[in-house]
Amino acid sequence: MASDLTENTTSTAPRVNNPIGDRLFRGALIAAASLILIILISMVAVMFYSSRLSIREFGFSFIIGQVWDPIKGEFGALPFIFGTLVSSLIAIVIAAPISVGVAIFLVEQAPKSIARPMAFLVELLAAIPSVVYGLWAIFVLAPFLRVYVQPPLQDVLGFLPFFKGSTTGIGMMTGGIILAIMITPIITAVVRDVLEAVPVTQREASLALGATKWETTRIVLANASSGIAGAIVLGLGRAVGETMAVTMIIGNRPEISASLFAPGYTIASVIANEFTEATGDLYLSALIEMGLILFLVTFIVNGLAKLLIFSVTRNTVQRS
Amino acid sequence: MDQRRITNLIMTTLTAACAFGVVALLILILSYISYQGISSLSLSFLVETPKPVGEGGGIGNAIVGSLILLGLASAVGIPLGIAIGTYLSEMGSGWYGTIVRFVADTMIGIPSIIFGVFVYVIVVLQQGYFSTLAGSLSLALIMIPIVTRTTEEMIRLVPKSMREGALALGAPEWRVTMNIVIPAAMTGIATGAMLSVARVLGETAPLLFTAFGSRFYNIYLDEPMASMTVQIYNYAISPFEDWHDKAWAATLVLITLILTINIFVRYITRKKY
Repeated sequence: MASDLTENTTSTAPRVNNPIGDRLFRGALIAAASLILIILISMVAVMFYSSRLSIREFGFSFIIGQVWDPIKGEFGALPFIFGTLVSSLIAIVIAAPISVGVAIFLVEQAPKSIARPMAFLVELLAAIPSVVYGLWAIFVLAPFLRVYVQPPLQDVLGFLPFFKGSTTGIGMMTGGIILAIMITPIITAVVRDVLEAVPVTQREASLALGATKWETTRIVLANASSGIAGAIVLGLGRAVGETMAVTMIIGNRPEISASLFAPGYTIASVIANEFTEATGDLYLSALIEMGLILFLVTFIVNGLAKLLIFSVTRNTVQRS
Repeated sequence: MDQRRITNLIMTTLTAACAFGVVALLILILSYISYQGISSLSLSFLVETPKPVGEGGGIGNAIVGSLILLGLASAVGIPLGIAIGTYLSEMGSGWYGTIVRFVADTMIGIPSIIFGVFVYVIVVLQQGYFSTLAGSLSLALIMIPIVTRTTEEMIRLVPKSMREGALALGAPEWRVTMNIVIPAAMTGIATGAMLSVARVLGETAPLLFTAFGSRFYNIYLDEPMASMTVQIYNYAISPFEDWHDKAWAATLVLITLILTINIFVRYITRKKY
């Protein structure tokens, strides 16, 4: 649009007044834009280089190794990968349906006068810092789960391996729930955009045929499905990389346990906890390799999410 | 009622329950923070430095530290983000623009702790000490892609006719962008920048091993620097009740700042977007 215009004027007809100014300006902006690529490339390069000790020492077994023993110099990332995956999956299972529900209410059902302030309040939830969620989780959520949720769950479903063990309130389950709260506004915002991108004619056609509001919503959802999937993947990416709140509540023990009540550890948490006290090059190198894994995983997950969301919203103006 | 209407009613109720539930959760969290935080809040808490358990103390140095870290990060991150965003909206329709846009988009989702690791390796490890400069750099890296994307969106909202008018009058391209387009989008760009400030004001993870934290007032850029978030974290994970109270009070201060920025931005942009 706008860019076509300006490009045409400079490329086809050389401007008489001040072409040097234009060229300098253009050059400066391109240089600035290149900086973001340079940052990204140097991040990958620096982290690869700094984790070379660990990569050489452990190779692929780093990812499947189950022992994390800095004193003996043994570093396996599996317990952390497990903890990251499980806590993120708990978060997604809880947050995805709720977020889609909120977005449907805001876009399809609520009148504008309610939807607008409510959408803002949901967005505010995303403005609360991670460390604040962590604080709240330690002193409110964990005690609540310990007293009112985990014991009854164990009474009813205790025969399942997921609900065995002591109910301390600190562990995977609490970590997953706090993550769910944190990613709900993010998923909601994207699903709202995606739903709004579905042409209003679809809804009108459906309503005109006598469908109820909900039946119409289902048609809208079907049209927006890949975008909704993208929103959920984006939420997953956030959950995987979330650090402070999880670190404060998940228990920080590198164990692989089937129980959701048991403490765990995530990749981001181990970096946050042990980075400053990493003694020895191999230890530091192993932690940086963890960071590299986290970086690559979130980059790929985010890229995938963008493509999915783009498939629905490409025909409309992007609102972000 | 037939079954279709009943289904409709149930689903409408469910989605409304989701929405009201999430809002209720927000109110619950915010009111709990206010309730817990207000009791330990005092003037001395806002100006004193941290002290051992039971001896009072406050977060004065952490507030100043957060502001210094944020100021430096903004000085680097905001102009760069605006420049890249301007590039994307004014000249970014080609393949290079597409790549830059994709990278900026994806960088927004990279965990903030990764930026901390990166800065630790390239700055802290080289220099051998934690520093304000390192902390600010990690925050700046987080700000750049956020400001980039909001700037691009805001500049795109400027009507094409304004550019055409200026170009038709013979203004060079850079003048059009600098004197017409960017001023027209200034409110939007500024609010985007403010939101990015609010976002990094709450960052903790990248500061843990860059700015590290400090118990003293400090203005030197090559020394460790306290911040509100790291201070909250340290208070929160301590075993002392007295420090937990301080964590809540510090949180109340932090949340008030962040929410004020967000609500202010909302107020400015309430009609436009």
